Amino acid sequence: MPGSVSGLIVLFPLAGWLINGLAGGRLPARAAAMIGSASVGLAFVVSVVSILDPRVWQDGITTRLFTWIDAGEFTVEASLLMDPLSALMALLVSGVSFLIHVYSAGYMAGDPAQSRYFAYLNLFVASMLLLVLAGNLVVMFVGWELVGLCSYLLIGFWFERERAANAGRKAFVVNRIGDAGFLLGILLLAVTVNSLDFVNLSASAESIAVPVATAATLLLFVGATGKSAQLPLYVWLPDAMEGPTPVSALIHAATMVTAGVYMIARLQALFFRAEVTLSVIAAVGALTAFFAATIALVEHDLKRVLAYSTISQLGYMFLAMGVAAAPVGMFHLTTHAFFKALLFLAAGSVMHAMHDVIDMRRLGGLARPMRWTALGFLIGAAALAGFPLTSGFFSKDLILERAFAHAEGGLTLLLWIAGVLTAFVTALYITRAAILTFAPPPSHQDHPHEAPPTMTWPMAALAALALGGGILGAQAAGAPLLHALDAFFHVEESGAAKSVPALALTIVSATAALLGILAGFGLYRGRRDVSLGALGNLFRRQWFVEDLYEVVIVEPSKRLAHFLAGTVDLQIIDGTVNGVAAGFKRSSAALRRVQTGYVRNYAAVVLAGTVLLLGYWLTR
Amino acid sequence: MIIPAQYYLTISAVLFTLGMVGVLVRRNALVIFMSIELMLNSVNLTFVTFARQLAAIEGQVAVFFVVVIAAVEVVVGLAIIIAIFRTRSTVDIDDVDLLRG
Repeated sequence: MPGSVSGLIVLFPLAGWLINGLAGGRLPARAAAMIGSASVGLAFVVSVVSILDPRVWQDGITTRLFTWIDAGEFTVEASLLMDPLSALMALLVSGVSFLIHVYSAGYMAGDPAQSRYFAYLNLFVASMLLLVLAGNLVVMFVGWELVGLCSYLLIGFWFERERAANAGRKAFVVNRIGDAGFLLGILLLAVTVNSLDFVNLSASAESIAVPVATAATLLLFVGATGKSAQLPLYVWLPDAMEGPTPVSALIHAATMVTAGVYMIARLQALFFRAEVTLSVIAAVGALTAFFAATIALVEHDLKRVLAYSTISQLGYMFLAMGVAAAPVGMFHLTTHAFFKALLFLAAGSVMHAMHDVIDMRRLGGLARPMRWTALGFLIGAAALAGFPLTSGFFSKDLILERAFAHAEGGLTLLLWIAGVLTAFVTALYITRAAILTFAPPPSHQDHPHEAPPTMTWPMAALAALALGGGILGAQAAGAPLLHALDAFFHVEESGAAKSVPALALTIVSATAALLGILAGFGLYRGRRDVSLGALGNLFRRQWFVEDLYEVVIVEPSKRLAHFLAGTVDLQIIDGTVNGVAAGFKRSSAALRRVQTGYVRNYAAVVLAGTVLLLGYWLTR
Repeated sequence: MIIPAQYYLTISAVLFTLGMVGVLVRRNALVIFMSIELMLNSVNLTFVTFARQLAAIEGQVAVFFVVVIAAVEVVVGLAIIIAIFRTRSTVDIDDVDLLRG
């Protein structure tokens, strides 16, 4: 059947998972790495081949594998959909994942559980590809849950460390909360619209009642906040840094956290029906972007800085979704995948060289011994900061432009202001991270060495993409540079397009970024610790969000658990059981006295019984 | 001379009571055993009395059954008493109280 190649994209990593998972222990470690990387590489090749089909660019190709649920009028096919949106994601996921797999081969060399690692990694990629290629919400939900499972497995990969095991559990639990919302959204759509197919949903979006659409999209958005680490469900992502660094790169760049953004882009038509939801998304996105950026400013752990940076950048993407500019959000997703993967790989390279030291207070001066890593990190940092002409600059600028265009004065302009402020803080914190890590003087006695080629080459490829990826969707004077990619990134103008002072906005956001970089140099050059006063304390306490969780959820849950364990279980349930047993014991202790062991007593009882019976009969 | 039935029945009741009191108050297993035989035979006497008075054969048949069962019971009972005597060197029924609760 033509068009069934999209199945292969998922199948290759899945096969890699099976081989590594079942036979990996018997294979040499290098073979596990080879199989893992090759399977994802093949998935990338198939993705490239599949987009050559012109039908992808028209209506998309739907591949029906089998009918999964057939309940009267309601049917769910196990189907895959290949259209420009999913093609973009498939290319991105498989491409970036391939580079991370290659990098992992170097990073994880020497780890005794390499085959398990690559098996999980392959399953992760397969799940994410299933998620992005899904033809309906149910198949997407399968991928959605699988990436949650894989993140749990990989974050807790070094499960013998208690912190890693706890972080994995936290990720799983927090994701479950979001998933519950997602599932409810799906069920609501199934009940009201009677179809979960993406093509159908998009086509019939206009006929869905606004309240239903609002409720459904809000529920789906709850799922997105869990998976894409937005306020208030972001808490799992910083802790997810306990996993191996390439896993962090994978989670943050290509898989997992982008799922929520992708889901909203996929169901754009539905979300457009729900104005309220869009406003909520935009607000949550802008708030998260600023909030996470400020925390990244005071974190000491390099990887946690990057984690908060991811949360912040995801906030940007949600902001784009919320201002009805999904393609722009996808553009930022793409560039972010490049530069964030690069930053994480560079951070991993630092950890590799410094024997797992990742606290920036104990780093510094690494630019000289680790020239390539430092260069890669700098390129990634520049792109993240939105330094003009890097990829991040274009996408971030477009988001801010759309946010400005969307604003109708007053409160809605706050979205744009938050975006610009975040751009400033972003530039500041990544400059700080770069200076603390790479600029002299070193605050360690180590002799770091540059990473092996399997680790530097993927970084080089990502660096090229992070630098040049901007032209993919960049706009010059309101028109895309590359019209060939319109299907990916072009925003359909809806209604009367407002004229936007694009150049002025670009200057504003670029100035914010440059000011941030300059401020970073001014603040942190030659200094290791800058407290930032009371504001810094607020940021360090994460705006008291973790404390709020502690007070509102964790402590009451613990107290409830203690109550259930101590009072309900030990006293009520065990008390009932033990009480019944004790009652029988006491009554039997009384009854046993009847058994004297003297035959004469028994005979007397028999006599008494006989007399009683006779008396009864005689007097009746 | 015909002796009225109540004489027989009175003797039977006396014998039965003697046996019953014997079972309840004596300690020696053999004496208890004999007391039981006494009770059985007092009942036999009652059976025979009524069989004769009512001219029914069933009462005499019942007596045969009781005699046969009593013989069997004696065999088993004596065997048990001997077994107890061998292990405990006593036939005092109060010393055998393994089933005391």
